[in-house]
Amino acid sequence: MSHVEYENINLFCKKLETQGINTQLITPSPLAPAQLLEIDASGWGKAAEIAQKDSWRWSGVWAEDRATTFSVYNCLERHGQYLILSCHLPVEQAQLPTQSAIYWAANRPERNIQDLFGIRFENHRDNTRWTRHQAWDENTYPLRLGFPAIGYNTQPTPPDKDYPFLKAHGASVYEIPVGPVHAGIIEPGHFRFLAIGETVLHLEERLGYVHKGIEKIAEGRDPAGLARLAGRVSGDTTVGHTWAACLAMERAAGIETPARAAFIRGILAERERVINHLWDLGALCNDVGFGFGFYQFGRLRELWLRENQNLFGHRLLMDSIIPGGVNTDMSTLAAEQIRKSIIYLRQELTELITIVDNNTSLEDRFLAAGLFTTELASALGALGFVGRASGQSFDVRKDIPYAPYTQLQMRVALEEQGDVASRFWVRYKELRISLSLIEEMLDKLPAGELQTIWQTPVTAATGFAAIEGWRGEILCFVRFANNNKICRYWPRDPSVINWPALEKLTLGNIVPDFPVCNKSVNGSYSGHDL
Amino acid sequence: MLQLYYKIFKTGVLTEKVAKQLPSTEQHDTTIEEIGLSLKTVVDKHFRGSLAIRQVDAGSCNGCELEIHALNNVYYDVERFGIHFVASPRHADVLLVTGPVSRHMEAALRRTYEATPSPKWVVAVGDCGVCGGEFGISYASCGAVHNVIPVDFTIAGCPPTPLALLQGLLTLCNKR
Repeated sequence: MSHVEYENINLFCKKLETQGINTQLITPSPLAPAQLLEIDASGWGKAAEIAQKDSWRWSGVWAEDRATTFSVYNCLERHGQYLILSCHLPVEQAQLPTQSAIYWAANRPERNIQDLFGIRFENHRDNTRWTRHQAWDENTYPLRLGFPAIGYNTQPTPPDKDYPFLKAHGASVYEIPVGPVHAGIIEPGHFRFLAIGETVLHLEERLGYVHKGIEKIAEGRDPAGLARLAGRVSGDTTVGHTWAACLAMERAAGIETPARAAFIRGILAERERVINHLWDLGALCNDVGFGFGFYQFGRLRELWLRENQNLFGHRLLMDSIIPGGVNTDMSTLAAEQIRKSIIYLRQELTELITIVDNNTSLEDRFLAAGLFTTELASALGALGFVGRASGQSFDVRKDIPYAPYTQLQMRVALEEQGDVASRFWVRYKELRISLSLIEEMLDKLPAGELQTIWQTPVTAATGFAAIEGWRGEILCFVRFANNNKICRYWPRDPSVINWPALEKLTLGNIVPDFPVCNKSVNGSYSGHDL
Repeated sequence: MLQLYYKIFKTGVLTEKVAKQLPSTEQHDTTIEEIGLSLKTVVDKHFRGSLAIRQVDAGSCNGCELEIHALNNVYYDVERFGIHFVASPRHADVLLVTGPVSRHMEAALRRTYEATPSPKWVVAVGDCGVCGGEFGISYASCGAVHNVIPVDFTIAGCPPTPLALLQGLLTLCNKR
């Protein structure tokens, strides 16, 4: 820990102590590069208050059943330093003060913990269930140790009714329920609109439909099994989530990937970003009826998917990252091919973006639609392109770099306006930056091994990792039991933080603009619901 | 605007006739065009020229959706074979279901199935839909699609490539 970082955290501890909250900084940190600070459960809410005043960004909360106690962790970030607060709760008195009164982003993650662990958050303003629909009973908690992964309740699951959506009472206000089965080829979720005429007065998201028990079925897996599961947390972020899980496991095991493997991981991750951004640029055009853009960007994307299949054996790059390294190499021939396709893609993008930029009808639909102000983005701690289109420059690759980004020149695309157009442009710029990054990685690609031999971690070893996925910061926490088996896996997709942004930025827009607003945020359902 | 038209003409028609752009690692030796034309023959004969598909994500990781979407890009352009995706199960001949069926989607999937007019076929797509895949059966997942609704045909893969999807649809149509 550098001097400045130490001062930052020291200052924070002092502030907590003056409020009568006991703190203990655990050194060396078992969650490095994050620092771990144990605090009293009673000071949980107050700590958030102090952190918020010191402009720490709230980034996630998770819990662990440790047989006699529950451990709860809260990840904060400030000036490129992660600080994880933790506290221990007796099982019979599983409650904590809420942080959601201070941090808006904490609302649903806290309710998720309540549904899966039965830990209550006092004074939560919105204390309704979130992840629990009807698949398990109210007083049953799947992530507690005794709960069986298989065999619980084999009866058909009834539909989820009686969820307390906000009701409107005005005479001219009407409700539009949408989903969970949507009208396109898209993941399931429910949206409840309150509208007056064409204008959206209120939007409430209801997610959790694709909750398939990822955290539970991770229990007892070996590292290779967990890596495969992580690759399916969200299909479009397979590289990002596998990388995060592998890095966390490698840190728990105390091993480091060879430099060559780290660079190949970087290339795979940037390719994933390019492919997804191309898809979204096209889809945004499609949502406002500009078929030309949809087909052109889709065409370029397909070329890169095929190149993935050719060079790495999978169109979406699934399972190419494994614990300890990668299972795919980069031949000189492959590197040459990639360079060529980058040059081609750049030319094509330059040509396309001129056309898109000159298209006034597109401008008409994108500009000022789905406005998400910098104030709101900062209050939410919005991540990835959603944050960066609203002036939030945080990028794990630049601010808390990991290999190979420690050796690369990182630029971060930024826009301030916060509308659909900004999110379109930020994606475009990020895409161009990724192309340069891939070239730089190919230039600097070191020789060497592709994999480090795996070492079984000691019992109860923990690991924490943060990776910049294509949607933004991905967090991951793992704990090993004995015999190389996982006992806790907690992945956090950036969508968990970003989904609430959609509720705010849709307000005041017309209902038909919702698809383009939604696409501009593009939250993952699977990565959110787990 | 002129640039736009210029780009369209310059791009030309990319819809594939032969497999020249297909990666060599693909295990299929038949071309998209061949599969597609056989498919079109069956669709023309049994479905009066159009096969309507309603895709339902019942709990997938979204990987299968990405590849199903790819069927509509300019290279595969699945609509030319008479196959199109519809917005409502009431318009559909085929339900294309992905994912291990999450328990929270169980009721919605049953209702979608009931809303699809007979005769209807259900195709389970992807390893999860076929056998439960990486997720299997758990407190939150029913596993394979056939555990919830009757399945007529399966297309495996994680996720299946667009070509595998086309081949699967052809085999399904030939069976009927």
